[in-house]
Amino acid sequence: MLIIEQKPKQLMTEDALTTFPDECCGFIFGAEDANGDRLIQKITVVDNSKAGDKTRRFEIAPLDYLKAEQYADDNGLTLLGVYHSHPKHPPIPSETDRMAAQPWFSYIIISTLDDRTTHFRSWRLNEEEQFEEEKIADYQFT
Amino acid sequence: MATVIIPTPLRKFTNNTARLETKASNIHETVEELTLNFPDLKKHLLDDKGRIRSFINIFVGNDDIRNLQQENTTVQDGTIISIIPAIAGGISIKK
Repeated sequence: MLIIEQKPKQLMTEDALTTFPDECCGFIFGAEDANGDRLIQKITVVDNSKAGDKTRRFEIAPLDYLKAEQYADDNGLTLLGVYHSHPKHPPIPSETDRMAAQPWFSYIIISTLDDRTTHFRSWRLNEEEQFEEEKIADYQFT
Repeated sequence: MATVIIPTPLRKFTNNTARLETKASNIHETVEELTLNFPDLKKHLLDDKGRIRSFINIFVGNDDIRNLQQENTTVQDGTIISIIPAIAGGISIKK
């Protein structure tokens, strides 16, 4: 299960909407508990470095990946995965997404049907290297 | 010794170790040592032909080994070797 705090969800929503109709992307950080449940506490917005058509593809530069690992270390967080948007398409991973996907990472996909509406879903690779949906739970203040 | 930094998604294959020391003298030896010590890493680092997977970048310092001497790139005491997964994707282009 994935729980997203309000602030990172707001920042991902803003990124997806302001980047529309291009794909946005970034990293998600937080903690994983003993049950494997994940809490997203921070995100970093990263430039989509894909050359050419960014409405259908995203790419994160290797040095931006290194910065994300460093950010996690510096802030006592775990780099839990990646988010990106699917403009005008459902938040379902494509074969392109699967081919590049890493084990263990959570992949949040944000569907942006227009410049106002978003829909979040999250996915993780299983042992057969196929995506399985990871339930996103509402964040509750305690 | 050189230091290899394991990316977070692959640490489950290295007993959650983030940094490993190596006496290897080049990248080929480094990868060979890693896959011998952590066999479950192999399929994530190498393709069916034993070459470094296209979705894996290896940097020596801030330089991609593709711009150096590929797997023959030498490493020395104090060298930082980073294994960096390619992060990419997007919507299906099928119509």
